[in-house]
Amino acid sequence: MDKYLNKRKNLAYPYVVWSVGFTVIPLIVILRYALLDRTGAFTLSNILAIVDPVNLKALIFSLEIAGGCTLICILLAYPLVLALKRLNFGGRRSTIFILILPMWMNFILKLLAWQMILSSNGILNLVLSRMGIGSIDISNTYISIMIGVVYDYLPYMVLPLYDAVSAIDDDIIEAAEDLGAKKLTVFGRIIFPLSIPGLMSGITMVFVPSMTSFVTADILGGGKLQLVGNIIEQEFIQSMDWNMGAGLSVALMIFVLISMAFTVEKHEQSDRQEETAW
Amino acid sequence: MVDKLTDFISRFYVAIIAVFLYAPIAVLIVLSFNKSRSRVVWEGFTLDWYISLIHNRQIQSALMTTLALAFLSAFISLIIGTAAALGISSMKRRSHRTMMVLTNIPMLNADIVTGIALMLWMIQFMPLGFNSVLLSHITFNIPYVILAVLPKVKMMNLSIYNAGRDLGAGPLRAFFMLILPQLKDGMLSGFFMAFTMSMDDFVITYFTKGAGVNTLSTMIYGEIRKGIKPEMYALSTIIFTVVFGVLLVANGNTIGTKERKRGYE
Amino acid sequence: MNKKFCVAVISMVLTGLLLGGCAESPASVSSAPDTLTVFNYGEYMDPDVIEMFTKETGIKIKYEEAVTPEEMYTKYKAGAIQYDLLCTSDYMLKRLIEEGELQEVDFSSFEYKDNIGDKYWEFSKAFDPDNKYTLPYFWGTIGILYDTTKVKEPVHSWDVLFNGEYAGDIIMQNSVRDAFMITEKYLGYSLNTTDKEEIQNTYDTLLKQKPDVEAYLVDEARDEVVAGNAAMAVVYSGEAYLGHEFNENLAYVIPDEGSNVWLDSWGITKNCANKEAASKFLDFLCRDDVALKNFEYIYYLTPNETVKGQLDEELQNDKTLFPDDKETENCEVCTLTDPETNTLLNDLWKELKAN
Repeated sequence: MDKYLNKRKNLAYPYVVWSVGFTVIPLIVILRYALLDRTGAFTLSNILAIVDPVNLKALIFSLEIAGGCTLICILLAYPLVLALKRLNFGGRRSTIFILILPMWMNFILKLLAWQMILSSNGILNLVLSRMGIGSIDISNTYISIMIGVVYDYLPYMVLPLYDAVSAIDDDIIEAAEDLGAKKLTVFGRIIFPLSIPGLMSGITMVFVPSMTSFVTADILGGGKLQLVGNIIEQEFIQSMDWNMGAGLSVALMIFVLISMAFTVEKHEQSDRQEETAW
Repeated sequence: MVDKLTDFISRFYVAIIAVFLYAPIAVLIVLSFNKSRSRVVWEGFTLDWYISLIHNRQIQSALMTTLALAFLSAFISLIIGTAAALGISSMKRRSHRTMMVLTNIPMLNADIVTGIALMLWMIQFMPLGFNSVLLSHITFNIPYVILAVLPKVKMMNLSIYNAGRDLGAGPLRAFFMLILPQLKDGMLSGFFMAFTMSMDDFVITYFTKGAGVNTLSTMIYGEIRKGIKPEMYALSTIIFTVVFGVLLVANGNTIGTKERKRGYE
Repeated sequence: MNKKFCVAVISMVLTGLLLGGCAESPASVSSAPDTLTVFNYGEYMDPDVIEMFTKETGIKIKYEEAVTPEEMYTKYKAGAIQYDLLCTSDYMLKRLIEEGELQEVDFSSFEYKDNIGDKYWEFSKAFDPDNKYTLPYFWGTIGILYDTTKVKEPVHSWDVLFNGEYAGDIIMQNSVRDAFMITEKYLGYSLNTTDKEEIQNTYDTLLKQKPDVEAYLVDEARDEVVAGNAAMAVVYSGEAYLGHEFNENLAYVIPDEGSNVWLDSWGITKNCANKEAASKFLDFLCRDDVALKNFEYIYYLTPNETVKGQLDEELQNDKTLFPDDKETENCEVCTLTDPETNTLLNDLWKELKAN
């Protein structure tokens, strides 16, 4: 069908050049550090250090936070996207702006604001006690870290999902409803499958960065819990052990790439099924 | 009846999410009017921070640098990233996957690793300054553009383009008239995400910037130990108000155009 | 043709950018003769001071900031930027001197050198034995900032942090050095100890304390006590003064077991090409009016003895800003640069956080 656009893939060349210059070569720099010890001899110990109990614990905690954050973002985003599509107020440009605008405030300032909201003497507890509910103590726990990362990354889930869902032709949905399909069926059979490309983008943009958001963990977690990002940062800056820091970073990368290979595989399978279905 | 209920629930839900997204912003706005230099003590209302902001040349130049960086890096990433998304989507499975891995790498690395690696690499061939930060920002922005545009490319209807060409439209004309409009939603999301990433970043900026180049993020980071200066809250409030105002005006326009379009139909 | 056109355009933009990047004035690498590149902690100098200096001497300043000494060291050592002058902490200066990164400064040519009290030149000897390399800038102690409405008894000992009485109401410093140093003092060790057993004991004490700690913070520790979210926090003396300004019920104490006294000083890097200008800048920082300006901007303890006389009586009598010599009697300067001990401390710190 690509009668005219069969050479379309050439369009990716500038990006390939850019990637080699600014992603691949720096990656090689990191790999070199990761594979050498302080004396300059080859070693795998920096990468294998990820299974050291302390580091492994941080990795597992990061997975819990990133996984939980991704899941919560998906659960919050679908209803939001559907509601926005339904209400359609002000058109999509302003919808995007509403989502994006809070992100333009500096994130350290926002984290400090969250700290003020969540702290034991904070704004949330003030409001709750005025309402007669009493206070909750969630500051400096994993819950406040979770709130922080969900806050940080929710828009990155909503935007691609909204793009995908708002592109679905209303006629298809109406036709299905006319034919007696229940709302849940419409969602499961039409909206969800058609939004998968957007969902995949969203998952990547939420899951991966939330694993290393060490500033959020430090400010909202009271420094008591560490993500793998905190450990990498400590190795680089505090311990000045670039080899170890790079090693852990490479280990993390390998880990995420493997898990992503699985999702991509599944995704492509479902893609093919879709094609045959059409 | 059911529709009305659904409408109500939808509105309610959107409102809750909006409260969640805007709660910390409200805190920042309140803080900008706080007489006390401490963020945790309220000493009464003042406009002093707005006045001292006008005289603060450091903050102003940091703001300019931040905006220039965000705009340039988002724009350049948009061009490269959109082209890349178009290219990647037509690739065979294996190269497609390789490209996606390549796209994910900048996001996979902890910022500090990317920052130090870019610094070590760039000092080999260029002095650190504004340009080095711009290059790094473009590097971490392109993946966001690709991830935003790619779903749109996959859903794109190519037969329109082919039909256009069959009817004699030139390739460029057909591209701009028939392909880009289909991608513009994704491109807009990608541009804004890139713009935002660039505004927010401080770790990579910190390691790749030259002496004397300051963005708002690096400036705030420098202030964090001694307490954020209230001028920063004032600046945040101004940025928020300006963008919000622009949004309101633009919003009025889009509603207008939509109604006109309906009229045509 | 379409795609080729696009490829060509985009490639051209890219090359243009790259070339543009390379062609940027090389001045940003090797400082021009009338420019100094200065590296300092964030918010650690009144911006007016920099302007004044440029106006008086014609020497331009490129000013860079960092948050921690380690961050500074990382950026300095990478060689990405040629710094001429840097201000950092005692132990980091010791390391830089040991590695030969600083040049000797001819203090005898300084006009205002004598404004710095003898006491502080003595302090400096802990890391700069002959006072050849560094110029004291600001100093302070580490102590406990506490809320007198919550802590009824006056605090005299580090013990309040460890005896469990204020569980869940304690903020510790989120820094391996500070946390270990104060605990070592509490246990009666030197804060520069390299003894493995002492360090292990210190770790055990910190681990036992961890459930009682509300948070390990760096920057927000003071605010948390001011806001009443915690009863006490381990803070630097400069923060204590500001904390008291915001909340009158706060008190600061250097416990009787002693503590760390820290000194931030200036040094001239070995790469500095214009030593004369750099010396001029350092001398300028010692001048009465400049020192006062910086003091009023930062409110940390100043080694410049002309400052006190220029202040109101109320400030002059403030014990937090001008502590008696008696209070710092048991205090030690941190001079620990032994790499093996540092690695051990960092590993233990990571473990503490993981538990």
